[in-house]
Amino acid sequence: MSKLTSMALAVAQYVPDGSSVAIGLALEHLIPFAAGHEIIRQQRRNLTLIGPISDILFDQLIGAGCVEKVKAAWVGNVSEGLAHCYRRAIEQSIPRDLVTEEHSNFTIGLALLAASLGAPYIPTRTLLGSDIPRQNPTFRQQESPLDGTPLLLVPAVNPDITIIHVQRSDEDGNAHLWGNAGITEQAMLAARDVILVAEEIVSRDVILSDPNRVLGPSFKVRAVVHEPWGAHPSAVSGYYNRDHLFYHEYHTRTRTAEGFQNWLDEWVLNVPDRASYVAKLGEERVRSLDVKEHRYAAPVDYGY
Amino acid sequence: MDYTPRELMVVCAARQIHDGENVFVGMRLPLIAFALAKRTHAPNCIGIFEAGIVRDVPAAELLYTMGDAPNITGALWATNTMNVMGMLAAGDVHLGFIGGAEVDRYGNLNTSMIGDWKHPSVRLPGSGGAADIASLSQRLAIIMQHDRHRLRERVDFVTSPGYGYPNEQGPAGTTWRKRVGLPRGGPAALITTLGVFTFDPENGEALLQSYHPGTTIEKVQEQTGWKLRLAADCVETVPPSAQELKVIREYDPNGVWTG
Repeated sequence: MSKLTSMALAVAQYVPDGSSVAIGLALEHLIPFAAGHEIIRQQRRNLTLIGPISDILFDQLIGAGCVEKVKAAWVGNVSEGLAHCYRRAIEQSIPRDLVTEEHSNFTIGLALLAASLGAPYIPTRTLLGSDIPRQNPTFRQQESPLDGTPLLLVPAVNPDITIIHVQRSDEDGNAHLWGNAGITEQAMLAARDVILVAEEIVSRDVILSDPNRVLGPSFKVRAVVHEPWGAHPSAVSGYYNRDHLFYHEYHTRTRTAEGFQNWLDEWVLNVPDRASYVAKLGEERVRSLDVKEHRYAAPVDYGY
Repeated sequence: MDYTPRELMVVCAARQIHDGENVFVGMRLPLIAFALAKRTHAPNCIGIFEAGIVRDVPAAELLYTMGDAPNITGALWATNTMNVMGMLAAGDVHLGFIGGAEVDRYGNLNTSMIGDWKHPSVRLPGSGGAADIASLSQRLAIIMQHDRHRLRERVDFVTSPGYGYPNEQGPAGTTWRKRVGLPRGGPAALITTLGVFTFDPENGEALLQSYHPGTTIEKVQEQTGWKLRLAADCVETVPPSAQELKVIREYDPNGVWTG
């Protein structure tokens, strides 16, 4: 069954106001910026964002007023430093109040893993002695029933929707993701609904030729969106490199609320869709990020 | 010899890596320290990235983030975060590197918020993997800018636990870590723009091990928010060798991170 749809329809249908949205799960690459920008254009409100190191997509969604709560390990600009919108929201309630439940990369992964296993929580020894469990009211500390040692219990986090950018997918949502996955697999399995955004739509045969590379079960996927360059300015291994300069420009231009609004108008609100965004980037910039030298893996033999 | 403060910090960081160790690398200066150690005294060290990457050779190009495409090409293992964090939790990581906005005399780090938690005056990005690396690696090395408002008697928020604090149950140090339930570890080195500290595991206190060429113990004290204690053999930091600088500059020719 084809689940192929447009980004506008996928967001309209599966990301209602008030949803909890896991996004940016592979850390610094494969970040679904195109999906985030569509969420901003459709003026979603009161979202809960879930992620590990989310880079500037979280900052943009927060600055645009879409977000009520963040359950994340880190919100900033990875190659530049602090996130200005995140700071303004917490320090000055601009554009609105923001609640955070602090995590580390490990605990947000454990929370999604617990959900993916149907477990109420997962015990760990990380963060014992950190103030993070004191800040985040969802954590519990308890002695191990086995040996009495202290444990941190990380409760399951079930996203309403997980949005994932992949290299290639078929129309049904059978997808290949390569490179490091961060906590993508856990978030996919933990979610009620999944939107897959793919650089390329390929045939079912291509995906099933290498089942070990498949990200997860397509029955979790509700919508498949074909969106070339949909992860820009983050990298997509085998498709394009990270646009470091874009992060620098964003960092510089968003120091003030007015500067952010100006950036948002230019790169999101006045850009109707991803194709227009890529056109705006321009041929020269796009070419400078292209893969310089392809490195194909050796084929494997699934014969019998 | 001419070198930048960051080049010296990279050299100090590389010296923390022993041959054959599994190192949680992180980004920026530690990443270059890994490349330097690999090319000099620790050819068999392994670099682990929390995004889910394991490498035994540094990426072919300078990285801005661990998720840059060149860090995937030729990796020993491209996997997920839970597998590498699981190795960390299981005790397989010898050394972890982290940076911080604030550190205190017991090696506790803050990268979360300055001021009152409910109304912070500065909201920092948060833990990322830092709190996990501080909790679970066998040894921790901290790299940061040295100034008085960053090296404080006590940090406002303990994102990444070092040696804790003395309390009614006992002193700071390895016994504090055991009391709160951390399985191992603790800071082994605090590398700053002015010097290198080690820690006394008995009470968790930072000891100035060396001060960088061009500064003095007095100047380090001026920029440190607690009364310095000196290691018994506190000396001037050994400057980078020509070979070390050559490797650093080959890896970061434009001084993106080390300039």
